[in-house]
Amino acid sequence: MSSQAQTRALVSRREKAPNTSMFARMLLRAAVLRRGRAASALLAMVIAAAVATAMMNLYVDVQAKLRREFRNYGANVVVVGSNGASLPEGALAQVESQLGGRGMAVPFGFIVARSEQGQSVVVAGTDFDRVRNLDRWWKTTGWPSAARQALVGVRASSVVSPEGKPFTLSFQGRKLPLTPAGTLLTGGSEDSRIYISLPEFIAWTGVQPSTIEVAVSGSTEEVNAMLQKLAKSLPGAEVRPVRQIMEGEARVLDKTRSTLLASAILISLTASLCVLATLIGWVFDRRRDFAIMKALGASEKLLNGFFAAEAAVLGLIGSILGFGIGIGMAAWIGRVNFHAPVIPRFGVLPWVMAGSIAVALLSAILPIGLLRRVQPAIILRGE
Amino acid sequence: MFLRMVYESFRRQKRRKLLAGIAVTLGVAVATAMIAVATDIGDKINRELRSYGANLLVTPQEDTLDVEIGGVNLKPPSDGTFLNEADLPKIRGTFWHHNIVGFSPMLPVNAAVGQGGVRDVTLLGTYFSKQLTFGKEHFVTGVTMTHPWWRVQGAWPGDESTDILLGERLAQQLGIKPGDEVQVAGRSLRVAGILSTGGSEDDQVVAPLALAQQISGKPGAVRRVYVSALTKPEDALARRDPKSMSPEMFDRWYCSPYVQSIAYQLQESIPHSHAEQIRQVAQNEGTVLARIKGLMLLVTLAALFAAALAVSAAMATAIFERRGEVGLMKALGAGNFAIAAFFFAEATLLAFLGGVTGFVAGALLAHQIGRSIFNAQITIQPVLFPVILAIAACVTFAGSAAAIHKAVRFDPVFALRGEA
Repeated sequence: MSSQAQTRALVSRREKAPNTSMFARMLLRAAVLRRGRAASALLAMVIAAAVATAMMNLYVDVQAKLRREFRNYGANVVVVGSNGASLPEGALAQVESQLGGRGMAVPFGFIVARSEQGQSVVVAGTDFDRVRNLDRWWKTTGWPSAARQALVGVRASSVVSPEGKPFTLSFQGRKLPLTPAGTLLTGGSEDSRIYISLPEFIAWTGVQPSTIEVAVSGSTEEVNAMLQKLAKSLPGAEVRPVRQIMEGEARVLDKTRSTLLASAILISLTASLCVLATLIGWVFDRRRDFAIMKALGASEKLLNGFFAAEAAVLGLIGSILGFGIGIGMAAWIGRVNFHAPVIPRFGVLPWVMAGSIAVALLSAILPIGLLRRVQPAIILRGE
Repeated sequence: MFLRMVYESFRRQKRRKLLAGIAVTLGVAVATAMIAVATDIGDKINRELRSYGANLLVTPQEDTLDVEIGGVNLKPPSDGTFLNEADLPKIRGTFWHHNIVGFSPMLPVNAAVGQGGVRDVTLLGTYFSKQLTFGKEHFVTGVTMTHPWWRVQGAWPGDESTDILLGERLAQQLGIKPGDEVQVAGRSLRVAGILSTGGSEDDQVVAPLALAQQISGKPGAVRRVYVSALTKPEDALARRDPKSMSPEMFDRWYCSPYVQSIAYQLQESIPHSHAEQIRQVAQNEGTVLARIKGLMLLVTLAALFAAALAVSAAMATAIFERRGEVGLMKALGAGNFAIAAFFFAEATLLAFLGGVTGFVAGALLAHQIGRSIFNAQITIQPVLFPVILAIAACVTFAGSAAAIHKAVRFDPVFALRGEA
């Protein structure tokens, strides 16, 4: 093959090549020709962006995750009849419709009955399926499943049915035979009570529920808004927040979020440091390119523009790849720690992108500032 | 010669050494702070979780049933058995007394309130913040510690006084403000403040324990004691029945601050008592604690990873810049081993200097985080220091290794001409 043919081939290839500007070509060639260093700079960028994304995502999402754990503490709102009276009929339906699926409501009715031995004991009527979901700390040996079955508190059981035998309760002369389905241990006042199903309770006593325990999910503001809504829709009842639960939750959540924020800032700073170190090395390494461009007559503006554009592109690509990986990391942490995936927050992306590009630009401008003062000849001589 | 080279390298290339040193210092500082916070967060969150109130309840062993609806006691006041108030300071003598944040005794009494005894309400006798002594130890305990969500408008009454707190709703119904006098069980008492709890106490009168004992005519009687203790999350061992354990296992169980073992110790120290965990509080705090600790552990791993990466990137860059030197050394006849040893010696020195400064900076950072977030000191285990130094050395080595390997392979001619 003659050299003429080679030249012709080259010329024809060049002719067909898209007419890209010199600037874009330089950017592209710089990335393609020095693959190793470019890749390591990109890798640092991707890792930093990934770590920052994961931390920000966790910070935003962890609140919702922890709130779910806190709902295991039970009701944060109670609805009671004014002055100890029963609630108006349909109050439960009202509460449920106001909640609209954003929480749980469990009705309770209370009376004092007498055992066969004449002991006073508190009997409560409730909905067992709901109570099981709301008060997860209740430790029972068995839940009532058939008619005339009761859940007996451990202390009540030693009085009314010591060996788990069937027993009879009387209220205003009406008797109700019951079989214990299991005992209940909570360590609280529930231990002294006997729980039966609400329809049986109403049929036996004729007393309507007097308390509805409500677990409202959501932030403090959402719970407060729900409190107002419930109070407005139930004028005959008192709607009270359970301060013990709400304040404890707010405190723990607040501290956790602050710690996480501090960690997120520290980690993002360290990650930026990593990018800074790598990119400064990368740009310094190319001082010969810089010198040649300068020797060939490139203006200061062009040079700055070139390195800045390079850094910006690197930051952009790095942040997009890193965002994807970071979302994956956050989801993994969510799965491992909370047994639920962390929802990707795309609102984080612009922040990560802006941060990445800013760090990349900073690490490009620093070495250029140093190199600008140096004569190209000195660099080209390798000094 | 070797030492002189290392020394001169540090003396003459101050800027480069400073950059690498800063990277190591910052990396170590972040790692130290994160590890310190992560190891201490369990304790800190545990304390915050105490804002949910008491997690243990001590009652008399032969207790009768509570007959109580919505906070109104329906049981005749003479009914039931009591604990002895004089036994309570012994709670400070239990094995895990350092973990007991506070306790408050309760004695509910039925009393008529208002002019001419218009209303029957429950009067609750308790400690507010009572000075007690056990052995030589003085301590303060009461509802201000075990029930931190109680709010008082006005002032808390003194434990030795005969002043009382009036529940919010009760005060509203009676039209009473702090400072007013009110008739309670035939006595005229001053209302020090209005109490708001969001619970049944809003309809009650809360008084110093001694006053409640006088009204009920039972000196020294206590109906139940709420204990707030720092506990370790429950595990398989915690749930076992202590009676079925082997002696060694029992010792291990007894010496772990499980809520069950603290309950067991409370029962031992207070005669004729039964201690039970309040499951609503005790059961959930384990889960919350485990979640937060797990989260911080994973976050700390991420921080360590980022710090290691930053340090190794800085080291690699620093060595890569010095190809010329490597070329010169090689041209003068230095072996690969000598060159590697030179760079590793430098890295060790950097890791050590950066490690020490970083550790101090990290400790300060952790201290600051503890102060601003938890309002408490974050303890830094001394054992962390050698661990951090070792990690710093490893990471610096690992970061340098690849770059040194590359530097050693350069052809000295190209390296010297600056074409590598």
